[in-house]
Amino acid sequence: MNLKELYQEIILEHGKNPRNLGKTENFNKDAKGNNPLCGDNVHVYLKLNEQRKVEDISFEGSGCAISMASASIMTDLIKGKSDNEAKEIVEDFLGMIKENPELKNNILKEDDKTKLMCLSGVKQYPMRVKCATLSWHTLVSAMENDGKETTTEN
Amino acid sequence: MNINNIKKEFPIFDEKIQNNDLVYLDSANSSQKPKVVLDRINDFYSKKFSNVGRSIHYLAVAATNLYENTRSSVQKYINAKDKNEIVFTKGATEALNLVANTLGQAILEPNDEILITELEHHSNYVPWHFLRKSKNIKIKFAEVNEDGDIPIENIEKEITNKTKVIAITHLSNVTGAVLPIKEITQLAHSKGIVVVVDGCQGGPHLKLDMQDLDCDFYAISCHKMYGPTGLGVLYGKKKWLEQLPPYQGGGGMINEVKKDRISYGELPNKYEAGTMATAQVIAFDQSIKFLESIGIENIVKHEKELIEYGQEILKKNNSVKLIGNPKERGGVLSFTVEGVHPHDIATILDETGVAIRAGHHCCQILHDKLGIPASARASLGVYNTKDDLDKLNDGINNCKKIFDLK
Ligand SMILES: Cc1ncc(COP(=O)(O)O)c(C=O)c1O
Repeated sequence: MNLKELYQEIILEHGKNPRNLGKTENFNKDAKGNNPLCGDNVHVYLKLNEQRKVEDISFEGSGCAISMASASIMTDLIKGKSDNEAKEIVEDFLGMIKENPELKNNILKEDDKTKLMCLSGVKQYPMRVKCATLSWHTLVSAMENDGKETTTEN
Repeated sequence: MNINNIKKEFPIFDEKIQNNDLVYLDSANSSQKPKVVLDRINDFYSKKFSNVGRSIHYLAVAATNLYENTRSSVQKYINAKDKNEIVFTKGATEALNLVANTLGQAILEPNDEILITELEHHSNYVPWHFLRKSKNIKIKFAEVNEDGDIPIENIEKEITNKTKVIAITHLSNVTGAVLPIKEITQLAHSKGIVVVVDGCQGGPHLKLDMQDLDCDFYAISCHKMYGPTGLGVLYGKKKWLEQLPPYQGGGGMINEVKKDRISYGELPNKYEAGTMATAQVIAFDQSIKFLESIGIENIVKHEKELIEYGQEILKKNNSVKLIGNPKERGGVLSFTVEGVHPHDIATILDETGVAIRAGHHCCQILHDKLGIPASARASLGVYNTKDDLDKLNDGINNCKKIFDLK
């Protein structure tokens, strides 16, 4: 176990100053997510334009440094991607957190991938994996906009 | 048994937890188990095992006697008037569900009011919520004050002529507030209101005397009292347990079963349907003996010293904010650290073997009221020492370092 790997500079920085925090104007899709075990919650808003591109994305919520940083980095990386690209990135991220040693997608630039890999420290902390994945699951429900609340317990 | 040397009675403290000595500050969640309890479980399963109350062979009779011995020990420990006022359940949660369900069937009418408090654990709220759904019962909340206490006036204020039940915690698992159950019961009984106490935290930390408290029901969680998991105790006044309907049906709780009619067994069998947590009940006798051998007065004194010491060092640590400042605090120190989320605190403390809990501790109503989604909680048991609390404080300082706080 290694706290330094978990709490990397980038994570602490994003945790302290999350990007895209708030409710974006003119959002047309959104979803809420919560982790009933610990009370973390997140609300993801996005504006998907006619070309099915994520024109804007933001989140509101409260949680630990890991969950805040994860949501912050996620919104940064997803902005400007098409919904299909976004879904591929989400799947890749969740695969990496679960088992894959690396990210496989060809959509993100290398330095963005490096940024995302900073979250891989949670792999050693099974109880914290949900902190890192909640906002990503919530993004998927927002895109599908099925109006269901995402919970980490499903 | 001397409380200052008690860690050695608990095998887990001989273990290295991720290469660290264990600093266990999560006893409000569940306590560690002394060797005598573990030995009894092993002894029962390996040398004396049989189901209780059914067969007439030697082992069955011996097991039944052991099982009933625990009932007598619990009765004495909590000073209940009658042995049959002790019902074993799968936990305090089941005990509270039993009470809510059977009172719901027997005495509650639509629009009747249940008065609980903002301090309640979900297991003393959700079972009443079921009645809100099924019977249109109203639930009212006595307000917690800024010290994390429920002054009796706040209870009195909410009582109306519709109030039928007051369901209340003895000791808050978040603020540590000890509530004046005896006075609350006097007040309630003067108005014909039934009193149900969630005694989960009272059990391990306070002297229990049912006849003195005079409450109608008291729920105990054995795994928080140095006993096995899967076991709780419901104390209920005989007049209630006799009057209320059974909770679960099955073997053991019946008297006579015919195609067209069934009659139920006498107390305590009436509430113990099916095969019970036999080994746990039998081992819990050793938990009671363990507590008795230290003496509850000594436990109260020891924990009081630790709580005072813990409050003192945490108050000195700027950026730590203690939750609540109740008149009488037992066993629990909840706090937040400015700039560090409780989960991060728990993970960082864990790295040095300090086990605490982070989250809402099954008290979302209280956390909403406090305006925080979660808190960190250090909770005490007989085995804790001032050194443990120093390590807690060191760990908090380490969090501040990692998060670059002053
Ligand atoms: C105040 C309180 N009530 C109820 C419970 C539930 O007890 P049990 O685990 O025995 O069902 C707990 C334990 O988490 C508690 O602290």
